[in-house]
Amino acid sequence: MIPALLLFAFVVLVPSARGVFYAFTDWDGLDPNFAVIGLRNFIDMIDDADALSAVWHTLLIAVAVTVIQNGVGLLLALGVNSMIKSRNFLRVLLFAPAVVTPIVTAYLWRNLLGPDGAVNSLLGAVGLGSWRQDWLGDPGLALWMIVLVVVWQFAGYSMVIFLAGLQSVPKEIYEAAAIDGSGPVRRFWSIIRPLLAPAITINLMLSIIGGIKLFDQVYALTGGGPGHATDTISTLIYKDAFTLGEFGYSIALAVVLTVIVAVASAGQYAVLSRNERAAS
Amino acid sequence: MNRYTKRTFALEVVMIAVAIAFAFPVYVLVNLALRSPSDTSSPISPTVAPTLGNFTQAWQEAGLGGALINSILVTAVSVLIVLAVSSLAAYPLARSTARWSRGTFLLIMLGLVLPFQLASLPLYQTVRDLGLLGSVWSLVLFYAGLQVPFTTFLYVGFLRALPRDFEDAAAIDGCTPLATFRYVVLPMLKPITVTALVLNAVSVWNDFFTPLLYLSGSDQQTMPVAVAGFVGQFVSDWNLIFAALLISIVPVLAVYLALQRSIINGFAGGLKG
Repeated sequence: MIPALLLFAFVVLVPSARGVFYAFTDWDGLDPNFAVIGLRNFIDMIDDADALSAVWHTLLIAVAVTVIQNGVGLLLALGVNSMIKSRNFLRVLLFAPAVVTPIVTAYLWRNLLGPDGAVNSLLGAVGLGSWRQDWLGDPGLALWMIVLVVVWQFAGYSMVIFLAGLQSVPKEIYEAAAIDGSGPVRRFWSIIRPLLAPAITINLMLSIIGGIKLFDQVYALTGGGPGHATDTISTLIYKDAFTLGEFGYSIALAVVLTVIVAVASAGQYAVLSRNERAAS
Repeated sequence: MNRYTKRTFALEVVMIAVAIAFAFPVYVLVNLALRSPSDTSSPISPTVAPTLGNFTQAWQEAGLGGALINSILVTAVSVLIVLAVSSLAAYPLARSTARWSRGTFLLIMLGLVLPFQLASLPLYQTVRDLGLLGSVWSLVLFYAGLQVPFTTFLYVGFLRALPRDFEDAAAIDGCTPLATFRYVVLPMLKPITVTALVLNAVSVWNDFFTPLLYLSGSDQQTMPVAVAGFVGQFVSDWNLIFAALLISIVPVLAVYLALQRSIINGFAGGLKG
């Protein structure tokens, strides 16, 4: 147990504690002489339009990814959990993007969504030429394109977790309900949904926390742009620390990120475990 | 309901259409990677004169060979360390009822909530002071520690659901705790070890943020940073970039297809603990 604790303390615990301390300083990352400045960094953040919009983008991405990815994932799981002949093949294919390096798929999509990219070509080919545009260059659209790329990559991940839940639903109960005359929607709501509660908990937790911490896809797709239209807390942490040399301020942002993750996890855990208990 | 009806057929058609939409980006990836830069036809029309020239050029100029070796090394060594130390730590944590055991477990679980961004900047400074910047060993150290909470969590959950009878029997027969772990517990841990191996290996292999910090500017790269550096260098030479992306995907997909059952089960069930 000692080696695990030492590694954990060296890599996670001690640096995190030091991080919390640096959040209250004006450290630039190099100079050993720095001052403790109290809440200055956090007060500056309230006046920093870029920081506030980054918090907003982070929350928006996290919620949008969670809702859409799980919606799509559940539909895919229901589709694959049927008698169709291609079910095994589809399961392997749809999950495949989830194991591929996110930075790599994001670079692929950066080209697909570009002005001369395949998405525009496809729209032209099906007669929707007027929809063609620079998808990542539009400040209003770029954020949604990031959501799209994340959903494309990880919908299959949600799918396999839902699928594991669906396969735990005893067929007999489901068939008995069908014989008793309840329709597909009713059967889903009254039989499958309660038994799916653990899968829902895991999926929501994974996608919301992944969405809050999102960095790679933003870095590769837009770099936070155009302007700051898609900056998230994670990309701002990186920029403030490594291009502006504002380590103290950057770590203060990381503290805000930590608080958001902690609140989201605790809140979600409380709500979902109550639902799970109610369902069982 | 176990028959293949017309509705099943309709569902089959819909699902295959969805799968084609999902696979569309991969088609474009392969299509453009095979195309010479002088071919400016639409990215969705099939390439008429496919060439492998992009692949050889990308392989050489992006240093993907070295990056591949580094990625394999970092992933293999750090995952082995994490599995070894976490399973050893999980055993007393799952079995002991002492107060320190519960406290230690909660402390380690704190690591599940702390986002790595918080630790990464102070740790960056430590790694720099140790002179490890630009070395893949800094990554091994980092992942070995970072993945401890999650892996320990998996092992503790699994161990708690495992009956103690075998261990009690071994103890009565005179086994020391360490021998009990080695000969009795370890063999029973195989299913959760496969899960932990899969989940850790995928997240270590795919990580981009940490090597971006620790390896930037050095000649030691892992696959994700080598690819990102290559994209930065050949900004708009997309045929070449796509060849590099495809090369980096192939090893991952090959392992995935070979071990699909274990990998999908690992992702699907691993988090139930």
